[in-house]
Amino acid sequence: MSDAGTIAAPVARPRQAGAIAARWGAPIALLLLLAFNLAVTPHFASWQTLYVNLTQVAPIVIVATGMTLVIATGGIDLSVGSLMAIAGSLAPLIFLGLPGLGGVALALVVPVAVAAALGWGNGLLVTRFAIQPIVATLVLFIAGRGIAQVMTGGNLQEFRVPEFQVIGLGRLLGLPVQVWLMLAVVGIAAWVLRRTVLGRQILAVGGNERAAHLAGIPVGQVKRLVYAVSGALAGLAGLVVIAINSSSDANLVGLGMELDAIAAVAVGGTLLAGGRASVLGTLVGALIIQLLRFTLLANGVPDAAALVVKAGVILLAVWVQRRGR
Amino acid sequence: MLLSMRGIEKRFAGVAALSGATLEVAPGEAHALIGQNGAGKSTLIKILTGYHRCDAGTMEFDGQPLDPRSPAEAQALGISTIHQEINLVGYRSVTENICLGRESRRFGLLDWRAMHREAQAALARLGLEIDVRRPLADYTTAVQQMVAIARALGFRAKLVVMDEPTSSLDDREVAVLFDVIRRLKADGVSVVFVSHKLDELYAVCDRVTVMRDGRTVRVAPMDGITRLQLVSDMLGRDVADSEATGAAAQAARAGEEMLAIEGLHAPPRVRGASLSVRRGEIVGLAGLLGAGRSETVRVAFGADAAADAGQLRFEGRPFSPTEPREAIRAGIGFCSEDRKVESIVPEMSVRENLTLALLPHLARAGVVDEARQREVVDRFIRRLGVRCAGPEQPIRELSGGNQQKVLLARWLCMDPKLLILDEPTRGIDVGAKAEIQALIRELAEGGLAVLMVSSEVKEIVDGADRAYVMRDGRTVAELSGGRLTEDALMAAMAHGPHEAVLAEGAPHE
Repeated sequence: MSDAGTIAAPVARPRQAGAIAARWGAPIALLLLLAFNLAVTPHFASWQTLYVNLTQVAPIVIVATGMTLVIATGGIDLSVGSLMAIAGSLAPLIFLGLPGLGGVALALVVPVAVAAALGWGNGLLVTRFAIQPIVATLVLFIAGRGIAQVMTGGNLQEFRVPEFQVIGLGRLLGLPVQVWLMLAVVGIAAWVLRRTVLGRQILAVGGNERAAHLAGIPVGQVKRLVYAVSGALAGLAGLVVIAINSSSDANLVGLGMELDAIAAVAVGGTLLAGGRASVLGTLVGALIIQLLRFTLLANGVPDAAALVVKAGVILLAVWVQRRGR
Repeated sequence: MLLSMRGIEKRFAGVAALSGATLEVAPGEAHALIGQNGAGKSTLIKILTGYHRCDAGTMEFDGQPLDPRSPAEAQALGISTIHQEINLVGYRSVTENICLGRESRRFGLLDWRAMHREAQAALARLGLEIDVRRPLADYTTAVQQMVAIARALGFRAKLVVMDEPTSSLDDREVAVLFDVIRRLKADGVSVVFVSHKLDELYAVCDRVTVMRDGRTVRVAPMDGITRLQLVSDMLGRDVADSEATGAAAQAARAGEEMLAIEGLHAPPRVRGASLSVRRGEIVGLAGLLGAGRSETVRVAFGADAAADAGQLRFEGRPFSPTEPREAIRAGIGFCSEDRKVESIVPEMSVRENLTLALLPHLARAGVVDEARQREVVDRFIRRLGVRCAGPEQPIRELSGGNQQKVLLARWLCMDPKLLILDEPTRGIDVGAKAEIQALIRELAEGGLAVLMVSSEVKEIVDGADRAYVMRDGRTVAELSGGRLTEDALMAAMAHGPHEAVLAEGAPHE
């Protein structure tokens, strides 16, 4: 599992001042978990273990990356799980109704675009109508899954379309395709946040919205864009999940994902109030939560107890970061 | 005396907020309490109403020693406060708001009929007849204020503290409020009236206490003190010995008109503001708190809602920015009076704060050119003498003066044509203040037009080439050259040069 270790290493670059614990807590925790598993868990150092964990964590990381951008502006997006369900319900309708590569291509593009548009709608509620983000995105959180169920008539959609399922079952250079997707999403988002005007404006909006407005930053546009990106990434994650499962169930796709994503963001060191965000930190945060759950299960701790430990770790991470400020 | 507070001292984290403040109020008296920002009047009122406890001093109320430990205790003793923002429950009925905390009960249930009757009676005492069953939020701010007063009286208040009660009322509502205050006085209830509007003080108050720098500097009957005297007491500038230091050499340098504002209306604070700024000229905007200065310049930057009426011209063309972006594109920079709330992004570094507005110009295809960014930042840190550990230091760790230099640099690196500065040296230590004032002068000599709002008379007289004075939302005077003196400014702030002197016993000079 040394691969994950090298992914974590670049996190050693947060520029903001803060205590060592706040800076290094998450990567250190990840390394400790890895060391613990190597010593205790039987058959831990195997490709099998790596694949299982990365396959499971990829959709969470993809969604959590979008969530990181939204939270960086001081907002939150509760609708991601429902948007996954919508995208996951829409894709089979397209590739089953329109066989052939054209249908698959449309099934990859249209659901993501629809999710992005719905995300943009969230942004519109937040900016134009000044609704609090938690309420604005609650609308789709509730309605979205209902829309997905209406689209599919409430039925489980089963399929076998290898061309589409490449994004969940395929391999590229030995790694699952969705892991490459995850790395690409994280890499691009981290680069955008650090190097581009948009990235700095996202952080300025979250850091002090009034100052950003008075400095000429188009606050509304920036916010609508991050909600659209969050929606698009949720849509992508929804496609990955149904590709892995070879089926789409509007009741289950993305269920509880909003909270997993927020947890990963919080553990990763992004300030929930906005203004300071680390996409690589979110990746590390998601890996910690994933590995923790795996560790407990692999060592015979029941899933119910694992949830409590997960909650404890989230609490600990947030507490350490607060102390670091 | 109903209330007597003497030698009140209060420190916050070692900093003295009050050092020897005195306030005495007679029964049935309306007593004005005035002072600049930071003079200590809110602290004094918070001690009186039990929000804070004083460190030293003696307090007596109604013949008994007074030392309230909570607002509830002060209220029980008969001291009630009507705040600027009304602390009532908008969604509940008027009756509930008046009776909250002392409901009538019958057989363990609320006796609504008795409570409605009581609420109606309490409001009738103030000359107000409304449907007390409707939610409070249905009524205007003025009515809500009456309800707050009725509630206070319901607690058998002997002293009602009104903290800027007229700031969100229109003229007619102010008249109604004054009527209520007169009724209260007739009933033997005393009122402490905090306001910055001198006209109001003369209209309704009997005596005045002036505070400055945490102490009481004057107590006088309203009809025994001139407006000018009040203003100079508040500002701490002696009318007699301030001298004319106005820069007279500017006339030659000032170029064509950059910004012109004519007859600007943006209620409730701006009701007829006019001014103009020319290239290479520093124009000061003076006035008391609440005179509408900030609101006026913010309209020119598109920072708030647009104006109702009036004209703006920038470089001779009509101009009405609805967003700061538009004003910035036209070549205007704006430093807000509140650094912490509206200017700095605390989590970001000096570098990022400095280039916040410039960023789009530093980018190629949306990607920040970091080499150019560093070059700009280094240049401005050197030029403005920003004292920091380096461009990567978080701005929140800098002193106020150095933060302000970074914020000035944020606009200067945009190469603006007009710079609007709202209280550019507020809360800044003396050394940095002189540096910033010198910098502003240097920039103007380089051709920049500067519009500077300041509450410090001296800053305007020393720093500006020309100055406008605003009062109650209107431009009341323009002073330049030899006529720009501290005396003239204060006189205009007090009553404007051309207006007849009303409601004032003694004639003024």
